[in-house]
Amino acid sequence: MTEAGGSSPLVKLEAVNKHFGTLHVLKDIDLSVARGEVVVVIGPSGGGKSTLCRVINRLEAIDSGGITFDGQALPAEGKALAQLRSEVGMVFQSFNLFSHKTILENVTLGPIKVRGIARQQAEQRGLELLERVGIASQAAKYPAQLSGGQQQRVAIARALAMDPKMILFDEPTSALDPEMVQEVLDVMVGLASDGMTMLVVTHEMGFARRAADRVVFMADGQIVEESEPEAFFTQPKSDRARDFLSKILTH
Amino acid sequence: MDDLIKYAPDLAAGFLVNVKIALVCAVISLVLGTVLVSFRVSPTPVLRAAGTVYVNVVRNTPLTLVLAFSALGLSDTIGLTFSEEPSTNGFWLVVLGLSAYTATFVGEALRSGINTVPLGQAEAARAIGLTFLQSLRLIILPQAFRAVIGPLGSVMIAMIKNTTVALAAGYLADSAFVMKDTFDDTGVSIPIFIGLVLAFMAVTLPVGFFTGWLSRRLAVVR
Repeated sequence: MTEAGGSSPLVKLEAVNKHFGTLHVLKDIDLSVARGEVVVVIGPSGGGKSTLCRVINRLEAIDSGGITFDGQALPAEGKALAQLRSEVGMVFQSFNLFSHKTILENVTLGPIKVRGIARQQAEQRGLELLERVGIASQAAKYPAQLSGGQQQRVAIARALAMDPKMILFDEPTSALDPEMVQEVLDVMVGLASDGMTMLVVTHEMGFARRAADRVVFMADGQIVEESEPEAFFTQPKSDRARDFLSKILTH
Repeated sequence: MDDLIKYAPDLAAGFLVNVKIALVCAVISLVLGTVLVSFRVSPTPVLRAAGTVYVNVVRNTPLTLVLAFSALGLSDTIGLTFSEEPSTNGFWLVVLGLSAYTATFVGEALRSGINTVPLGQAEAARAIGLTFLQSLRLIILPQAFRAVIGPLGSVMIAMIKNTTVALAAGYLADSAFVMKDTFDDTGVSIPIFIGLVLAFMAVTLPVGFFTGWLSRRLAVVR
């Protein structure tokens, strides 16, 4: 990486704690993501994976610890927070496309309203991005008229339209019918090989093996293990990870 | 029937006053109701509290008292005047009271509309960097409005009929006042009574049909 501050991590979490009522969902989490790195977070349900994803753009506030993005501490509120979020793309499990807007409007809204880009320019770029994820022919339709896989690809295009420094994926394929998972993963693999910084919470082990630089295994609110994908899947170090992998890889 | 024909011009002039009040109130109460609901869902506790207190006080006060306060409290005591011309001043005092009252119902209808918008819509809006006001204006409220066009139609129908209590603010010009005034001369006249009911239904029924049609047309498909 050659950008300014290239050696410093893009995201750094230090001793992050988060509770939901009495439930301690993140326990002293330390994690950093380098520029251009693809980190896949896996682990059993309820282990805090989604919350980890959501604290990075502050959709959830943390109770203690610190998070820095691009060298700056996460702003708590207001314009500065909106500015930060515009630099961190997010793709949700349930797509969350704006239901009352067309596909093209979904992709151009952020650039026009947040970045102040002219409509014509935003639409041209929006169509290019829709082309890239293979949905350009559906630009005038509404989200409910598209399949789940198509909607999720639009959601990825919407995130890309902001030229984010990083994209967070919160179980992007979990709500999809099985035959649509691959089309979304293909787009994500494409992004990864183009050098996008990505944090991906997923159950897709094939994606982790193909695209991840690093696998983070989370259980019970803690990071139990971090390693390269091949090492993790073939020789997990912790009992917890071995146990988890034996349940999902045997059939 | 002769009474109705004889007094028709007066009654029509009175009814026109009701329609004028209703038109102005519709605009003001929709705007004010939107502001109120923005307060009630705001991340700022002070604004939320202000919105809640306003809605709960004004919505639970009888309209006649709200209008009386508008005329006696705001105008006579505090000295708020819209015009030197008494009838113009009376018109705006009624508009002020009725709009302030109707806005609470508009706001509450919109708030239930906001509850129909999935949380993910707001999260996605925040995630692309929209500010609170932007996501309210561009994402949440447009969907909330579409969800409650029917109930808003009911609020507007109630407001149109509520224009007949204008005399509570001392504004003696609307059709209900003209009717009572006429009855003082003629005694109770059933034709006049029915004539006025039909006039109101000629306005309110289309409002109901139109909002019903509009809500089906603009429904957000999820």
